[in-house]
Amino acid sequence: MTTTIRALLGATALSAIGLSATAQDTTLTIATVNNGDMIRMQGLTQDFTNQNPGIALEWVTLEENVLRQRVTQDIATGGGQFDVLTIGTYEVPIWANQEWLVPLDDMPEDYNADDLLPAIRDALSVDGTLYAAPFYGESAMVMYRTDLAEEAGVTIPEEPTWTDIMAAAEAMTDRDNEIYGICLRGKAGWGENMAFLTAMANSYGGAWFNNDWEAQFESEPWQSAVSDYLMMMENYGPPGAANNGFNENLSLFQQGKCGMWIDATVAASFVTDPEDSTVADSVGYAVFPNKEGVDNHGNWLWAWSLAIPASSEQQDAAKAFISWATGQGYTELVASEEGWRSAPPGTRTSLYENAEYQEAAPFAEMTLNAMNAADTINQSVMETPYTGGQFVAIPEFAGIGTQVGQEMSAALAGQQSAEEALANAQALTTDEIEAAGY
Amino acid sequence: MARAVTPQRKTLNTIFAWAIGLTIFFPILWTILTSFKTEGTAIANPPVLLFFDWTLENYETVQERSNYMRYLWNSIAIAGGSTILGLIVAVPAAWSMAFVPSKATKNILMWMLSTKMLPAVGVLFPIYLICIQLGLLDSKIALIVILMLINLPIIVWMLYTYFREIPGEILEAGRMDGAGLREEILYILTPMAVPGIASTLLLNFILAWNEAFWTLNLTAVNAAPLTAFIASYSSPEGLFFAKLSAASTMAIAPILILGWFSQKQLVRGLTFGAVK
Repeated sequence: MTTTIRALLGATALSAIGLSATAQDTTLTIATVNNGDMIRMQGLTQDFTNQNPGIALEWVTLEENVLRQRVTQDIATGGGQFDVLTIGTYEVPIWANQEWLVPLDDMPEDYNADDLLPAIRDALSVDGTLYAAPFYGESAMVMYRTDLAEEAGVTIPEEPTWTDIMAAAEAMTDRDNEIYGICLRGKAGWGENMAFLTAMANSYGGAWFNNDWEAQFESEPWQSAVSDYLMMMENYGPPGAANNGFNENLSLFQQGKCGMWIDATVAASFVTDPEDSTVADSVGYAVFPNKEGVDNHGNWLWAWSLAIPASSEQQDAAKAFISWATGQGYTELVASEEGWRSAPPGTRTSLYENAEYQEAAPFAEMTLNAMNAADTINQSVMETPYTGGQFVAIPEFAGIGTQVGQEMSAALAGQQSAEEALANAQALTTDEIEAAGY
Repeated sequence: MARAVTPQRKTLNTIFAWAIGLTIFFPILWTILTSFKTEGTAIANPPVLLFFDWTLENYETVQERSNYMRYLWNSIAIAGGSTILGLIVAVPAAWSMAFVPSKATKNILMWMLSTKMLPAVGVLFPIYLICIQLGLLDSKIALIVILMLINLPIIVWMLYTYFREIPGEILEAGRMDGAGLREEILYILTPMAVPGIASTLLLNFILAWNEAFWTLNLTAVNAAPLTAFIASYSSPEGLFFAKLSAASTMAIAPILILGWFSQKQLVRGLTFGAVK
């Protein structure tokens, strides 16, 4: 009898061990990029694994463009290598329409999707269903050196026009001392110089396409936007600007070489970080500029978001992870571990209502205003057949955008004139969009 | 007869050689120096060469964040595996082309080399799909086979060149003494071609170690080698040059040390047959 009981007990114990071993076998493979906020999250995952002892996490960190290519390739072929993806507002609507992403409409109650910033939530939803959870979000704004502006005797209004920006850039430029009035993106790429130029063209009243899908590069708004851009970079910009992307400009600004820098709002937390930035104490902010008479501030909106590919076999565990990483609890966790200044910006209304955050992050209000003002449905004053702010949300855009970016970059490098660049952009975009059957 | 070299000429040659050597080595040196800087010093303009506060902080961070040993082991297994497998296939192939050539040998050699002219991305999808079908995504086996196939033309060509330098009469003599094909290749040809085989092996190991298209595209967690380790430190939004440099230094260190110790072999092998 005793032996039987012992045997039974032993068997139960063994099966229990077996069961728990199976439960712990869930391993989520998360594809991500090497951005500051993502790295911070990787450092804090102990909190998640403590709450979910059955789930282990494996990180695959890739360069942004490689990540996009890898993930597209994996989803398109059903490879199933990843359970959680880090993607942006460009991919989400396109991939959701292809049924590549798992809808996130049944997130746990404490996720509180109503707290998400409306602009971000809209950008990550298709027909009202959320397909990706925002991890951090950004718009674009003007960052400028308050000390240099004062020295040069210029004031940059809170809502500057491009005329204000050009005047300020001229006044602040001091090439002998390597101070350049304005730093802007010049490196070719749909997510590099074209993100900026598309937003700039929006703010000049232009758009990529009219309602008949006809490319608009030869329209007046694009022509004046591009010629103003080239004029500013030539006269007030740093040398070699055709190679400058976000990181290069960040480096220039942190070393005090730029009077103004118009770029993603997330840069504000870097340039005000006293550890890396020599100008941390003297940064002012203003809204993305517009052209006089055009009620449009570029409509730049981006959110690095977490989504689940339809090919994942561990969707429940993946949802649990996403809910942890993008929930309100995570923001509080970051605040308690590393201070409010490090909380991932631009996703939740509650963060911007938090007095402690407002105090710790001087750029909070401007970021929120910029994000709330961004309209990715009516990104231009023209009527357009597409959505997206600093990009066009069609699958072909990554290719076309990069080719047009190369034309603009060549013009900035002095290899061709603005007219030539625009004519080439017009021709290649027309070809591609016709071939794609729009 | 050796040419007379004046001391001045010798000094000039030495200076010239050092200048070229240092120019080639400079990017690596700069990476190594940057890895000991803080992120702030790393982007300082004008750049700081030697006089900065040296720190090991980047190495600590990289160690903390990534499982270096796993990447290192994967690199060794993939580079080593593909090299050994490549030699097993290439030695007999090069033997037959060097000692029993047919009319088609020259064309076959050219055709093999022509496969190197296809951009790798052209066959990415078919190979990715084959890997999915065979359950070999993110596995070292797939990479060992693929890298072996990619480098095979080079291995065969190099070995073919070395084997051609060996007089066929020696092999004939072996045959007269009753050596079979296996003995001929294993006991006569291979020992005579050791310098050639060694340099082929080293070069192929270095090529496989540095391969960064297939190793990035076909791996995720389990088979990711040091190329994936470096790539994980590049950032679209944020400046992490010092950490990136630390990761790069850690990734190239093993192969740099190997290259340093075997440079005699490498040089001897690469110039083997070139000077008579």
